[in-house]
Amino acid sequence: MDFMVFQYPMITIQACLDGILLGVLFALIAYGMALQWGVMNIINIAQGDLVILGGYIAYFMYLYGIHPAWGVIVSPIIMYFVGVAIYKLVINKVVDRDLFISILATFGISILFMQLMNFAFGADVVLANSGYGTTFLFDSNVVLPNSKIFSAFISIVFAICLVVYMKKSKLGRAIRATAQNARAAKILGVNTEKVYAATFGINAALCGVAGALISITFTIHPYMGLPYTIRSFMIVIVAGLGNLPGVAMSGMGLGVFEEFADYILGTEFRIGSVFLLLVLILVYRRFKLSRKREYLK
Amino acid sequence: MNKNIILYAAILIFGLAAPFIFPAFKVQLSILCVLIVLATTWNIQGGEMGYNTFGNILFYGLGMYLCASVQVGMFFPLAEWTESGGEKTFVHTPSQFFQGMAVGLVVAAVIPTIVAGLIGYAILGLRGHYFAICTLGLGVAAGEISGGIEIIGAGQGFTTPPFPNVGGLEARGEFFYFLSFGALVLTFLAVRAIYSTRFKLILNAIRDNEDKAEAMGIETMKYKIIGWMVSAFFCGLAGGIMGGLVGYIDSTDVAFDGREMGVFMVLMAILGGKGTLWGPVIGATVFHIFKEGFWTFFLGWQYVALGVLIVVIVIYFPEGIMGWLREKYPERFGEVVDEEDRKAQVELK
Repeated sequence: MDFMVFQYPMITIQACLDGILLGVLFALIAYGMALQWGVMNIINIAQGDLVILGGYIAYFMYLYGIHPAWGVIVSPIIMYFVGVAIYKLVINKVVDRDLFISILATFGISILFMQLMNFAFGADVVLANSGYGTTFLFDSNVVLPNSKIFSAFISIVFAICLVVYMKKSKLGRAIRATAQNARAAKILGVNTEKVYAATFGINAALCGVAGALISITFTIHPYMGLPYTIRSFMIVIVAGLGNLPGVAMSGMGLGVFEEFADYILGTEFRIGSVFLLLVLILVYRRFKLSRKREYLK
Repeated sequence: MNKNIILYAAILIFGLAAPFIFPAFKVQLSILCVLIVLATTWNIQGGEMGYNTFGNILFYGLGMYLCASVQVGMFFPLAEWTESGGEKTFVHTPSQFFQGMAVGLVVAAVIPTIVAGLIGYAILGLRGHYFAICTLGLGVAAGEISGGIEIIGAGQGFTTPPFPNVGGLEARGEFFYFLSFGALVLTFLAVRAIYSTRFKLILNAIRDNEDKAEAMGIETMKYKIIGWMVSAFFCGLAGGIMGGLVGYIDSTDVAFDGREMGVFMVLMAILGGKGTLWGPVIGATVFHIFKEGFWTFFLGWQYVALGVLIVVIVIYFPEGIMGWLREKYPERFGEVVDEEDRKAQVELK
């Protein structure tokens, strides 16, 4: 236990800024999860592993001498096709089945990806060095790597693009119609099968962007996927499906929470505290709803 | 009934004779017993109650740590034991070992039961996928947190007391086999007894329609918690035995191993057919034989095979072996099939 963080305002500012910049990334991943949850009613446990896979694409570009920031463009394109392939192979068989079946099936995909990445890329913790330098604020008391600012900026750009795309384009309208009522959309001539595939692809592409940014700003490791899944799940249940400002806010809130947990409890309890927070949030919601004799649906 | 008694007697005799028939597979057989216990207890939640939990691994890991801690802590200072790691400065005498094991197993069974009772009211109020994800989080959180606690070895792990030098090498395998076989028999009889009472009908009512069950005047929460406590009791026991068998406890790779054991128990129950008494037993046996038989061919690729296996079983085989048998031979399961009715249904299709 270390409460120094509250005695020195500079550390507090540092933690808050770090948390917000990190939280934007979480919000981007969570947006993808909310999208597929809302449209296909599937909770994708492999979400975090898609993120890590996207990160490895950027890392490999870095290894071959291309600046990893280009991964932000390349990784989503590759990940889109990976997502569509996963949909065609597995997800389309579980889409209208019991939710637990889809959870378990994506858990299987998660284990598969984890291990394949472990074989392909090795079990080392890696990061792609962007060489962006750092920014010093408040007489060098607060240190911000420029790559974090860059990643937050890119995430916001991608989020805005996606929102506009969903509002204006034909596919976006089809996706939203399917989310509202799949059967009615089918009657009105929407090819829901294609919409589902595209949704899963877009989600994977978002994960690819986030992964590329994570490989620049933080580190990636084959087994680091599950925490990202849990974080995005948590953000979605706090914000609710289809509530975009809520997703952004709760993402940043989670980022700040994590940074403070890191300072106060120590780094070894960081992931544990995230998982524990999920349990606490769910239990809190359950007690709140049970007063009205309802339950989380 | 008569046929059943003969069947049970045959299985019991086979179980008792197994370590002498297959002396080379004692450890594997013990692990099989533990796996069957885990699958059978998972089935109480996942199969009968409709609450798909990933969190039973919590009780398994808790039991493992508790049993080993009690076994060490009864005679030696625990902190120094874990600090010394592999190099043993303290040695258990045989009587100390068995005494510690006995007390440790009791603690390993009772404490998780109490924990299940305490957290049950909060967690079991969640339903469906929220429950599944919450319990998944619970298991991983327990692993991460126990990996940061110094006194039980933190990241470097916890070596359980080695088996004392009595009766040579064979004695260790036999001891752990009969311990786990005893746990298996105990679990099976307890679960079988439970399934023949009204309690099982209540669990099934909760699975089929919880709101309606509540409207019928059943205190569903009470029965859900009791069901979870039963699972926790046997999971803790199995964990304690497994800790001694493996000889080494690591927070995320052995005890709270959601990626391996936590998924295995779900998979085995689904493979055998959830919601049946024999399904998890058959599923665990088939799964274990497959795993041990083929793991050696997939050396290094076993998790890839596991991932593929999960996807294939879940998508193409969700009813399991018992479900398949039931569809094929409904008469054996006490279902009366009206031929005309079935024909009529086929025509409707």
